[in-house]
Amino acid sequence: MLLVTSVWPSSATYNRSTVPSFARRLIIFGLLVAALLSFASPVMAEGEAIKGTLIVRLDDVRSPVEGVTMIVSQDGTEIGSGTSDAEGHWLIPVPGPGIYQVRLDISTLPEGVTLTDPDKVELPEVEVTEGQEKTVLFPLGEGAVSTVSTFERVGTLFVAGLKLGAVIALSAVGLSLIFAVTGLVNFAHGEMVTLGAVLAYFFSTSPAGPGWPLVVAAVPAILLGAGFGWVQDRGLWRSLRKQGMGLISMMVVSIGLAFAMRHVILVVFSGQRRLFSDYTGQSPVTILGIPMVPKHLVTIAVAVVVLGAIGLFLQRTKAGTAVRAVSDDPDLAESSGINVDRVITVTWVMAGGLAALGGIFFGVNEAVQWDMGFRLLLLIFAAVVLGGLGTAYGAMVGGFVVGVTVEMSTMFVPSELKSAIGLLLLIVMLLVRPQGLLGSRERIG
Amino acid sequence: MDLVAILRDGFLAMIGPVTAAYAIAAISLNLQFGYTGLLNFGQVAFLAAGAYGTSITVEAGGSLWLGIAIGIMLAVLLGAMLGLPTLRLRADYLAITTIAVAEVIRLVVRSSWAEPVTNGVFGIQGFANAFFDLNPFPPGETYGIGSWLVTGRRLWVMIVSWVVVLLLLLLVRRLINSPWGRVVKAVREDEDATRALGKNVFNYKLQSLMIGGAIGAIAGILLAIEQQNVTPDAYLPNITFILYVIVILGGAGTIVGPLVGALVFQFLFFTFDAFMASSQAEIGWLNTLISPAEAGQIKLILVGAGLMALMVFRPQGILGDPDEVTLDGR
Repeated sequence: MLLVTSVWPSSATYNRSTVPSFARRLIIFGLLVAALLSFASPVMAEGEAIKGTLIVRLDDVRSPVEGVTMIVSQDGTEIGSGTSDAEGHWLIPVPGPGIYQVRLDISTLPEGVTLTDPDKVELPEVEVTEGQEKTVLFPLGEGAVSTVSTFERVGTLFVAGLKLGAVIALSAVGLSLIFAVTGLVNFAHGEMVTLGAVLAYFFSTSPAGPGWPLVVAAVPAILLGAGFGWVQDRGLWRSLRKQGMGLISMMVVSIGLAFAMRHVILVVFSGQRRLFSDYTGQSPVTILGIPMVPKHLVTIAVAVVVLGAIGLFLQRTKAGTAVRAVSDDPDLAESSGINVDRVITVTWVMAGGLAALGGIFFGVNEAVQWDMGFRLLLLIFAAVVLGGLGTAYGAMVGGFVVGVTVEMSTMFVPSELKSAIGLLLLIVMLLVRPQGLLGSRERIG
Repeated sequence: MDLVAILRDGFLAMIGPVTAAYAIAAISLNLQFGYTGLLNFGQVAFLAAGAYGTSITVEAGGSLWLGIAIGIMLAVLLGAMLGLPTLRLRADYLAITTIAVAEVIRLVVRSSWAEPVTNGVFGIQGFANAFFDLNPFPPGETYGIGSWLVTGRRLWVMIVSWVVVLLLLLLVRRLINSPWGRVVKAVREDEDATRALGKNVFNYKLQSLMIGGAIGAIAGILLAIEQQNVTPDAYLPNITFILYVIVILGGAGTIVGPLVGALVFQFLFFTFDAFMASSQAEIGWLNTLISPAEAGQIKLILVGAGLMALMVFRPQGILGDPDEVTLDGR
């Protein structure tokens, strides 16, 4: 940069009369860059990067593999990608030292070439130190010709979308119900999701915990999540309601709570991305010609059953009717003898448990991380606005619609932008039908 | 433990250009949240719009000054884009949309798809040379008394930033004491009553969001110039929430509240840093108990808890008038 600034003025005055200044500057800048690149390529390699060479042995002949895409990500967000050249070399610069995940995009492998170890498609912990160009290895070998048909791809993405939708819907119902009975949009809901996953991690996988199987560990995690909902309502929100605090102030309080909780979890759990010891690396089974991972199917099935149970609870039980009554009109409900405070507490407990369950499934299908809940919260918002803020069924429908849209969108946009697609859906919905799919007009005031 | 050195570090950080930029961002948020009652949870997006508008323009060959104008215009556009679908709806829709859009902008800017323009995660560096060329102070020199020193480069940024703070405070005072300001405050107090008086509430809210957006962009531009660096991960949602702490600490709905809030917050924030660093250097076991990284995280826990405590126990902050703080809109 220094070089550019010192050279700039003298060359800029040199041919002032011929070329307009804007274009001239661009040309000079381009020439400078080209000059720098031509003789300074070893100097350019100062930054951190991940690189490698793809070589395949076919009939004892070693030949480079060209045109294969490698994707580097960190903590679930994509950093960059690169493609191997004619010599099989690839290099992806990274922003700094740290732990990265490197994945080889199998669909870009040429026909007849495959990974010798299919589990090594993603290297989960590639550590890059200061100034290092880390070399990683993807051993390739002769393989069966495998082509993914469009049908298979659509099907796989659809199932993945349903799975994400299940996680969103489970978490979103609680948020929507709390809004319905109290009018509060709880920005700390994402942290309740994280809490469930972290607790389940402690009971199942953490060396400090009892090491139960995840299915068992989920029980105390959900109970504690529900308990936390109770504590939050009794310890904080109820007294604020009694104080007569306005809803806007309450939302600011919830943002403060979210901020504090997120960093408490960060201190306790650390910033690492961790996996449950159970259910990792499942190989897909083919159903109806579509490869499906069993845990995705279990997630979807459990979510459907739980959401169905919530529907029954709201429609058929006395407590559920009370919840609906309070969400319709708290004053009228109160005067018909419903204990509104109790209904609100019940809702908080339910929401806490559901958020914990959603968090556990989120952790099973991706990974447990301190800010997972906050990342999911934005999709939860998209879901509840899409379905109609304050309607339980809207949150369910919205969750699945957002999940499927987000996953299917990767057919058209880079996968790192898929969350953005979900949020775009939110904005479009606000423009077209702000009350949501299932909301009623007067709710949005 | 050198208490004077700790206080010095806190003080020098407090009068630094970052504090000035935070004060400007808080002035912007105060106009939107404190005076108009708009729950903007995506303030950081306005900072990003300003910073990226400026740096991309310079990268493309434009001048820094053109870049600043484009950055501010981008933020005004963003304000309109956020406001048009949401401001007719209840307050929470704006909150949800702003927090979401701020994240979308960050995700898009850092994606490899946008990399040809934004340079992705690596960001854009060294675009503000035109600003530092105007620096009358030799950048290598230091100014100050004893060990209370600032470099010439920093002094230049500081002077410009604080002058901007002052001008913006005067502007906001002018705005708030004008008929426009009275309507905006009325919108905060009671939207329906204001509407009944024949005011177009939607327009006033939209104007407040857009003017606030322009001021927020100035904050983002100053921060970017000071660091000569724009990277997407500098625009995390955390910034917005820190700005809320600043606004409420100083006093939402007061002219100088954001300035006072920024000064106090930055002083506490950096004194805590200096205190932890110096005690960790001296007390060996403290390092095993709390690592420096964890000390930074604990500080953020305190920020969150502080925001809650302020809202519950002293919602009017340091300067506010309790009767002015309604914020209870709908």
